[in-house]
Amino acid sequence: MDTQLIKNKELVPNDWFWVVPDNSNEEVKKQAGKVVQFKLTGEDFPSDGTLHNVILPEAEKVIVPLRLYLLKTDEIKKKYKEYGIWIYSHDELDLFNHLKEDINSFPVVGVYVEKFADGRIYSLGNLIRRKLSYKNDLRALGDVFKDQLFYLARSGFDSFLIKEGYDAKKALLGLEDFSYSYQGTLNQMPLWSER
Amino acid sequence: MYKYDHYDRKIVNQRVDQYEDQLNRYFNKELTDEEFRPLRLQNGLYIQRHAPMLRVAIPYGLLSSNQLRTLADIADEFDRGYGHFSTRQNIQYNWPKLEDTPKILRKLADAEMHAIQTSGNCIRNITTDPYAGVTPDEIVDTRYIAEILRQWSTFHPEFALLPRKFKISISGSKYDRALVKTHDIGLELVKEQENLFVNVFVGGGLGRTPVIGQLLKENLPIEHLLSYCESIIRIYNLYGRRDNMYKARIKILVKALGVESFKKQVEDDWNDGKNSSNHLNDKEINRVKQFFTSPNYETVESIDLEGQFRDDHNFLHWIKRNTREHIKNGYRSVTISLKGKKQTAPGDIQASEMRVVADLADQYSFGEIRSTHEQNLVLADVKEKDLYDVYSVLCENNLGEANIGLITDIICCPGGDFCSLANAKSIPIAKNIDNLFDNYDFLFDIGTISLNISGCMNACGHHHVGNIGILGVDKDGSEWYQITLGGQQGVNASLGKVIGPSFSADEVPAVVKEILNVYVAQRDSEEELFIDCYNRIGLDPFKEAIYKN
Repeated sequence: MDTQLIKNKELVPNDWFWVVPDNSNEEVKKQAGKVVQFKLTGEDFPSDGTLHNVILPEAEKVIVPLRLYLLKTDEIKKKYKEYGIWIYSHDELDLFNHLKEDINSFPVVGVYVEKFADGRIYSLGNLIRRKLSYKNDLRALGDVFKDQLFYLARSGFDSFLIKEGYDAKKALLGLEDFSYSYQGTLNQMPLWSER
Repeated sequence: MYKYDHYDRKIVNQRVDQYEDQLNRYFNKELTDEEFRPLRLQNGLYIQRHAPMLRVAIPYGLLSSNQLRTLADIADEFDRGYGHFSTRQNIQYNWPKLEDTPKILRKLADAEMHAIQTSGNCIRNITTDPYAGVTPDEIVDTRYIAEILRQWSTFHPEFALLPRKFKISISGSKYDRALVKTHDIGLELVKEQENLFVNVFVGGGLGRTPVIGQLLKENLPIEHLLSYCESIIRIYNLYGRRDNMYKARIKILVKALGVESFKKQVEDDWNDGKNSSNHLNDKEINRVKQFFTSPNYETVESIDLEGQFRDDHNFLHWIKRNTREHIKNGYRSVTISLKGKKQTAPGDIQASEMRVVADLADQYSFGEIRSTHEQNLVLADVKEKDLYDVYSVLCENNLGEANIGLITDIICCPGGDFCSLANAKSIPIAKNIDNLFDNYDFLFDIGTISLNISGCMNACGHHHVGNIGILGVDKDGSEWYQITLGGQQGVNASLGKVIGPSFSADEVPAVVKEILNVYVAQRDSEEELFIDCYNRIGLDPFKEAIYKN
């Protein structure tokens, strides 16, 4: 099967159109002098301008950036049969507070990680499950390959869009890297409860 | 000590499989250099100046004699017959071949060892007091809590790729030998009517921005230890800087936010998840604790060593410097110096010497060895009546140097000879300082003092907390050394002050000598330690004496 999507521990066809704003012309501002998040200098990235310019694709099901959804809610609701939202790993969790609807009305919520070494995605998974009580499909997007899957699954993610050019079939095996884990997670007791 | 069960064995073996697969994918070009880098680092593998360097974990510095023999075998089979004990109580090999690393890891796994999280931007080896369980000033034995932390931090799903490395240390004694105030998280165990509590310090660290940690939480009940640490590291993971690796440690975040504001964020998260699944219970605490009960000490009388060995000054010197009081009558703890004149570098030890130490541990100290952050080894439980025999064997094998806590007991990183980060060499500096003291009387006259050397500002040699600190700096492509005075570890931890413009390598020994001359001239009695004298008279007298020439 020609797919890069792993869900519930198997390869599944991907019928979701993932909308990624083209921000290649935007300068990435770095932190300086004060504590703000990586790539956040108090200004949003990508900018509202970039988001405004996004042309919504022809598709049945889309996953759009949360900020794009907030900007174009009516248009998205009208145009698509189903829609999900995604955030950047540098987004604040507070962003979800701007939603008028329950987060559980979205069948899929994604977190995008630009660089594999960016481990914020794991803590965001924990927060989206724990603080926002999100119950549906939590998806890892972006620079995602085999070596993150075991951790991502334990941080609350249940689907993974493997980066293009990387063997998704091999990546699937990453979910089985370990038979046991010492520490507990939101949905798993620590190993000591078995000992 | 802790023994693996089938769960631990499975986890460590599967880690070797996982690493081997990563290495193969790297060789097959399925992983780029950039992708492989964090993966290999999480397994302690660096690419250094000459060869890869493999760092093997010694959890909280505790080793069995068989494990030490395995380390010796690895040194012989895969390296150049020696290993280097690091300031994180680990051991590192400087010359393994990349393709051999899975074999080394298998050998380690067979001996219940690993290289997990000895490097990389993750939670590193948990360190503690090398005299835990045997020191008279102990309030709580830290070893079982350290083991609980080791397990919890191993492959923690949220914290594999933090903004930067993360170091946790734990102390349970009146005198802090674990440097808790210079760690990302420092834990101080306290006891109240048999209940355990933790004082949590955060944001300490050495490196290029040395900071003394601040008290974040007092008297945290032990059952919340893991969930509280999780909240601290979660906030750090989300908000720590990732754009500049030199500003990425938690200390920078704590400093920028202020400790109160940082604490609020941590507690908001923690209160929400207080009853997380990692809430410790008595059953688990006791399960791990039973691995660390006292060995079968004999009931023996204390011996008058001073009287009995009146004429053997060398032995008595060694007793004074290299052994310390023990909780059990008739026993002492022996610290084996790896800073002798015969050692190539501070912390280095030959495979043959490792085997000697392993045999001594079997014969005299219940088969256990500890490594210290000062880069020495400890036999924790030796009967006083056996000390002379132990000393004799050590002397026969070039391990009898009687200099613990003296100026030649230098803490030193591998420096520019090996490390690709270093600005300057550190080992030759240590050697040249060591050569100043061929006379034991002068060495003993100076008494307790610490001299720490780092080859760059990453401060692996802990120069900031050395009474005398030496830091290698790069000036227009040549190697210079900046000297600090007044650093100190322990409960009164403080950072050294820079004495003035830096020196060339050739000048360093004379400068150290001058510093000691000032101390000897200015101390109010032979009992006044260097650090106390410095705190009384300040930096100026030293500065004047050094720069007048």
